[in-house]
Amino acid sequence: MANKPDFFDEMNGSGTSCRPPYASYADWFERQGAQTLKKKSKDAEVFFRRTGITFNVYGQQEADERLIPFDIVPRIISAREWSRLTRGIEQRVRAINAFLHDMYHRQEILRSGRIPVDVIAANAAFLPQMIGVEPPGGIYTHIVGIDIVRTGEDDFFVLEDNARTPSGVSYMLENRETMLRMFPELFSRVAVREVSDYPKLLRRSLAASAPRGCAGSPVVAVLTPGIHNSAYFEHAFLADEMGVELVEGQDLQLVDGRIAMRTTRGYTPIDVLYRRVDDEYLDPMSFNPDSQLGVPGLMDVYRAGGITIANAPGTGIADDKAIYSYMPDIIQFYTGESPILKNVPTWRCAEPDALAYVLEHLDELVVKEVHGSGGYGMLVGPAASKREIAAFADKLKARPANYIAQPTLALSTVPVLTKAGLAPRHVDLRPFVLVSPGKIEITPGGLTRMAMKAGSLVVNSSQGGGTKDTWVLEE
Amino acid sequence: MRVKVRHSTEYHYGQAVSRGLQKIRLTPKHSGGQEVLSWRTEIEGGRKEVAYTDQHNNLVELLSIEPGSRTVTILCEGEVDTSDTAGVIGQHGGFAPLWYFQRATPQTRPGPRVRQLVRDLGKDFDDDPSRLHALSALILKTVGYETGTTDFSTTAEQAIETGRGVCQDHAHIMIAAARLMGYPARYVSGYLVMDDRVDQDAGHAWAEVHVEGLGWVGFDVSNGVSPDPRYVRVATGLDYGEAAPISGIVYGGRNESMVVQLQVQQ
Amino acid sequence: MLGKTAAGLFWMFRMLERSENTARLVDAGFRIALTRSAAAEAEWASVISTAGVRKGYLERYDEFNAANVIDYLLRDKDNPSSVVSAINSARTSARLVRTALTREVWEATNEGWMTIREVLKRPVSENGLPDILATIRRQNALVRGALTGTMMQNDVYNFAHLGIFIERADNTARILDVKYYVLLPSVSYVGSSLDNVQWETILRSVSAQRAYRWLSDGTANPRQIANLIILDRRMPRSLAFCAGQISEHLGFLAEAYGSEMPSHDLARAHVKRLADHSIESIFDAGLHGVLNDFIARNHALGLQIEQDYRFYG
Repeated sequence: MANKPDFFDEMNGSGTSCRPPYASYADWFERQGAQTLKKKSKDAEVFFRRTGITFNVYGQQEADERLIPFDIVPRIISAREWSRLTRGIEQRVRAINAFLHDMYHRQEILRSGRIPVDVIAANAAFLPQMIGVEPPGGIYTHIVGIDIVRTGEDDFFVLEDNARTPSGVSYMLENRETMLRMFPELFSRVAVREVSDYPKLLRRSLAASAPRGCAGSPVVAVLTPGIHNSAYFEHAFLADEMGVELVEGQDLQLVDGRIAMRTTRGYTPIDVLYRRVDDEYLDPMSFNPDSQLGVPGLMDVYRAGGITIANAPGTGIADDKAIYSYMPDIIQFYTGESPILKNVPTWRCAEPDALAYVLEHLDELVVKEVHGSGGYGMLVGPAASKREIAAFADKLKARPANYIAQPTLALSTVPVLTKAGLAPRHVDLRPFVLVSPGKIEITPGGLTRMAMKAGSLVVNSSQGGGTKDTWVLEE
Repeated sequence: MRVKVRHSTEYHYGQAVSRGLQKIRLTPKHSGGQEVLSWRTEIEGGRKEVAYTDQHNNLVELLSIEPGSRTVTILCEGEVDTSDTAGVIGQHGGFAPLWYFQRATPQTRPGPRVRQLVRDLGKDFDDDPSRLHALSALILKTVGYETGTTDFSTTAEQAIETGRGVCQDHAHIMIAAARLMGYPARYVSGYLVMDDRVDQDAGHAWAEVHVEGLGWVGFDVSNGVSPDPRYVRVATGLDYGEAAPISGIVYGGRNESMVVQLQVQQ
Repeated sequence: MLGKTAAGLFWMFRMLERSENTARLVDAGFRIALTRSAAAEAEWASVISTAGVRKGYLERYDEFNAANVIDYLLRDKDNPSSVVSAINSARTSARLVRTALTREVWEATNEGWMTIREVLKRPVSENGLPDILATIRRQNALVRGALTGTMMQNDVYNFAHLGIFIERADNTARILDVKYYVLLPSVSYVGSSLDNVQWETILRSVSAQRAYRWLSDGTANPRQIANLIILDRRMPRSLAFCAGQISEHLGFLAEAYGSEMPSHDLARAHVKRLADHSIESIFDAGLHGVLNDFIARNHALGLQIEQDYRFYG
């Protein structure tokens, strides 16, 4: 790409005057000494380390725990912007659940020809064991994270739907906790909406999806792969904040037709299992027989209606990158409405015309693996060398159906505090959505991820990205 | 025809079982020209935990083995009324889409030998049923019926290579070849009334192929016929694994041996 | 509470206790080596025996000197009882049971782990040793303080304390057992000054030198020392105190859960056995035998607790 595009800065807009949502903050900021802020920045890091808010990086030696960099300048969203986002998110989440129900029942959307059968038939995320299963309350995705990017004053795009086990909500909560602790006075000047209710709402939402036969207060538990998982901190954090047990597969067993956890006083049956273990590892009798992380018989008990698994197995078929490109059709089909939030234009490399275009324009596109996540295995054309592009072209030609391509978006920037003062960095946003029977709740806030290097568009924490507190302003 | 079945499977363990689960698909289907008059499944040395209907409309029961057991017996018996449908089961039903039955599984993935078989068959046929009957005959010619040369984990490719096999292998080859030719196909496990004896060593298995217009049609490669009233359909699936009468995990309990007693009669 | 959580708490606090005991052993050994260089090698050898790591040590080193022993006991990752190994393992357990801990207890553990790991990054010089040992003790005290000050006094608290006292009882008994001969009447009769130093070391290893000064008239007497460390229920590292605490915490569990387990009988028998003894009867029965019997029973009790409360399934 020859010309470097201009980026929309959320604090300063396209010009130099401060945008209204940031006015009070900017006013406060100007009156802070540079030294004080730098010290606070350091304090925040110490605080995170002491609290143990770290994550493990896959493929690195032993249990290397890293901190995700935190920036003390908040990302601020006005009430009006938020209300539009939430309408769009809610619409999308409704469509995703309807789509999942359809996929595992009559598959009307395939019969209508809106989505080619091959896209589903050849997709490993489609779980035959879910065919005909009616999850408690009809809910497939109890917890959803929708990744949103912004390119202008009114331009929001959904980059990705996370309908399996979205992570990052603990950072949303801890980032706010840190800000409250370090800058209490800020929160009396600016009216920011609360996010701290999330764990309470999560527990209530999970409990509301308990199996029909459940009497009394439902027993909820969080299933983690264990302390070596990259998101273990979050699993423990959420279990603790909800006041429920954090279990591993080896704590669980089939007892009297239920999945029960081994306690110091015997076995206690679980009604709702908030699992942070992938489908494939949930039950060695139904899926990967070598899995040590799951529970033999879990799927059978689930299919017999004895437990709620959240999110339901098989939801991956809704957030696959190949399906992503059909989301506008999916929303239209199930809600009868036009999508409120835009999709990023996407070339499906499985289609010959699209592939030809993508190969022509690799230097200006972002190419992603259909089943990849975490920013692994992707090509950012404008940032890649000629050699990298040539190597990627070979991979693409070998397995075109494995890739999609999107234009390089001019992601908005928000200032971060650097040694040299404020400097713009690209960001995205992941709001968190809770779905329970008859109810969709979106926490006013979310996880803002930012690229750490100037000009970089990669915000993934596994690739060195950082996070910010996200403020949604009161009306 | 009224078919009476009594089927017991006894597992003996040289060492006490510490924990174990068995998934059973042993209740005949109420469809495709058969009616279950009475049926019961029972377990000794264990208990029933849960039951549900799976994506193939099979009744699946999950059993747990009593910790410390050395013997576990799974017994089922009952009566089924069958009728003659000339092997035609009928239109596809249920939520599992037809394209699902074109998915290859590890046991039915076509390799060079299945491909060769399909090439040898040729294309010069009047209609789908005659083409499939010819396929069935070709499979039996290529892979003669013989017990003891293959086991429950043998794939379609391996069975052709061996040149001998049992009903399970025949069904797998039929399924692999039919899918390669573009037909949805599935595995059936069940019982067969034999003309010369009541006592049998094992249940039976065959294949069903979906033919445009007719719906599902059965092919028993081993006996060279389409199922008639002597056949009782119990469970279906993409392959043996999805339709297996008994499958499970047992912890402890080494040196497992199994004794099957099966009586099928009119 | 999950069985796994009970196991995690039990081992987390056992390991914290172990790290502190190891530091205390090094402290006592160091003291002797400083004041009586002639006895240093034998003293370091006995420190290694007390820590129960003689075999592993001899696989690595040929001789017992300050630098080797200190490094092996404080920093060696291959030594499962070294301070570094013990706090690593304690923190791993703490992560496993994160949901059972208050934020204060978790942060004290995590911070202690970071601090101790930092000070033990490089080999420890003799000059730096006292500060480092003090740091280890202080970090442990912070965790115990947070435990007492912020945690509900429920089963979480009980399993944590069972871990502390099973480990401590074992440690105190081993300290005595390695040195039991200097407390025997026949030796004290000789009354050499070496024995006084040895007695001093024993007291120092269990942080009882001050208590002893106040309780005795200032003259060292092996019988009184043995009595203090074995039978005195006021001394927080004595065998009788530890056994009593174990039985008490099991009692709280029985009350909370509404049922008694086989470990409760074992614990009561354990307490009673000590209570039936006087220091004279212990010497009559043979100090070494009594200590070995205690160690074996304490170990069996630990295993029974693990089984009764389904630590591992």
